Amino acid sequence: MSTTAPAPDGIDHVDERLLRTTPLKKLLARPELGSVVGALAVFVFFAVVADSFLRLSSLGTVLYAASTLGIMAVPVALLMIGGEFDLSAGVLVTSSALVSSMFSYQLTANVWVGVGVSLLVTLAVGVFNGFMLTRTKLPSFIITLGTFLMLTGLNLGLTKLIAGTVSTKTIADMEGFPSARALFASQLTVGGVELKVTILWWLGLVAVATWILLRTRFGNWIFAVGGGADAARAVGVPVHRTRIGLYAAVAFCAWVSGQHLLFSFDVVQSGEGVGNELIYIIAAVIGGCLITGGYGSAVGSAVGALIFGMTSKGIVYAEWDPDWFKFFLGAMLLLATLLNAWIRKRVEATK
Amino acid sequence: MTTAPLVELAGVSKYYGNIRALEGVSLEVRAGEITCVLGDNGAGKSTLIKIVAGLHRHDAGTFRVDGEEVTLANPRDALDRGIATVYQDLAVVPLMPVWRNFFLGSEPTRGKGPFRRLDVELMRTTTREALLRMGIDLRDVDQPIGTLSGGERQCVAIARAVHFGAKVLVLDEPTAALGVKQSGVVLKYVAAARDQGLGVILITHNPHHAHLVGDRFVLLKRGVMAASHTKDSVTLDELTRQMAGGSELEDLRHALERPTGA
Repeated sequence: MSTTAPAPDGIDHVDERLLRTTPLKKLLARPELGSVVGALAVFVFFAVVADSFLRLSSLGTVLYAASTLGIMAVPVALLMIGGEFDLSAGVLVTSSALVSSMFSYQLTANVWVGVGVSLLVTLAVGVFNGFMLTRTKLPSFIITLGTFLMLTGLNLGLTKLIAGTVSTKTIADMEGFPSARALFASQLTVGGVELKVTILWWLGLVAVATWILLRTRFGNWIFAVGGGADAARAVGVPVHRTRIGLYAAVAFCAWVSGQHLLFSFDVVQSGEGVGNELIYIIAAVIGGCLITGGYGSAVGSAVGALIFGMTSKGIVYAEWDPDWFKFFLGAMLLLATLLNAWIRKRVEATK
Repeated sequence: MTTAPLVELAGVSKYYGNIRALEGVSLEVRAGEITCVLGDNGAGKSTLIKIVAGLHRHDAGTFRVDGEEVTLANPRDALDRGIATVYQDLAVVPLMPVWRNFFLGSEPTRGKGPFRRLDVELMRTTTREALLRMGIDLRDVDQPIGTLSGGERQCVAIARAVHFGAKVLVLDEPTAALGVKQSGVVLKYVAAARDQGLGVILITHNPHHAHLVGDRFVLLKRGVMAASHTKDSVTLDELTRQMAGGSELEDLRHALERPTGA
């Protein structure tokens, strides 16, 4: 519209039927709210019980623990908003590292070749998950449970077959290793604090995912596919492509995680990664994602990952038996889910 | 009148295997008119809707859009020809804000390449304006659409179809799950769409609602057209009687009568 007609009543001025929303009230309606409160509580708790928790060096350690998990929690959260799960995400990280390492080693190629091949293979697994899901219409729980088991077997079986042992050979002396290490596993010193580069990856991914979710058509489709796939299809949203795209995003982040694993430890244990998929899901749920889809945020998943990082390292700093860690994690998951259920009830209340 | 009807069905039939779902049904809808399709459960209303919406193809008869004979391949095809269908239950995504729902599937963007983004301001104001034009004064376009009442949700879906240039609006039982007052609100918006020059096909099993707004009435019974009326040729009582099954209702009254003298 080029002419500025006098704005119809009720467009520019604030509607008198709306109670004045204070910034606080707006904050209360955010999906991340529960997790932020939780994160503050955990922070205060460990600040009190563990003396070394507040040291700057601890900050780097906690953030590192949070970032390795957070990189995966971001796409898993998007996928959950889209209404699906990926149980293969944990072992896919290991697969990605194994492919990268073994490809370079066996062909004595530049490690970047392995990194590239690994990206293709990992993305292929993600697209396979999405394709199977949209084709068969089976629950994603079943489909990805299948890929989870298959990948677990492949990781062990192929590694033994090719490398002869359950771990890969060192590739630290190979061409391209230093530059790949710089990208995926370097360390920066900022103001006396040693920070791993994964923290940058993590923050970058959270920013990109938030942008996609809130400001792009694809983001709109993610919410729609998770919140009401039939309604979305009826208005022309490409539901299948959206789902496949989400699985590809999980795969991409699994590749980043996998390369970090490889280039920070140089050798990869083929049995790793099992069980991590649940931790990613926990971080997403603590961060306010609805397990049934249609609601949540990428920032929330980051806060969920931060809670995880603080708890896992806080217990160490408090010099407690780390066996208690799982208990805390479980209790927080329950609390977060209860809070989410309550929020959803309020949001969906029809009147 | 010289202009062709927006949608015209003549002797349309549909068979599922050996089941005759629809036989020889004719109806027309013109711009600025409402054609009501009435019928009991299993009368063939949904089959008729699915043909017009492009979900199913008809097996016999002719289906004309703007005077041109067509066989719709899919719902997209119907949409491209200006036929928008609002289904009773799968119209909106409850957890999403009204403005996101309004533009779902046809989101406007600005910027290029990686900076291509939703034009959020445009989406918000357009949603408000389009709804206002239909007479829907919403408190807040940011509220999740699930917090609106069933009637309001239907109205948003109707306003959306109107905004995106539908010429013919097919409404599947828009008042079925609603109370009296809510139904009135929805009917008001159906009339508003008509006044904007759209042709409306209103599927309903409520003759009272149909007679309030309809210009033409097509009565379906067990897959065949039982009657076809224009507004001036039928009274509400007559429509209700035919709809309720006339003599069948008499039989029912007998069957339900209390045995006397027991």
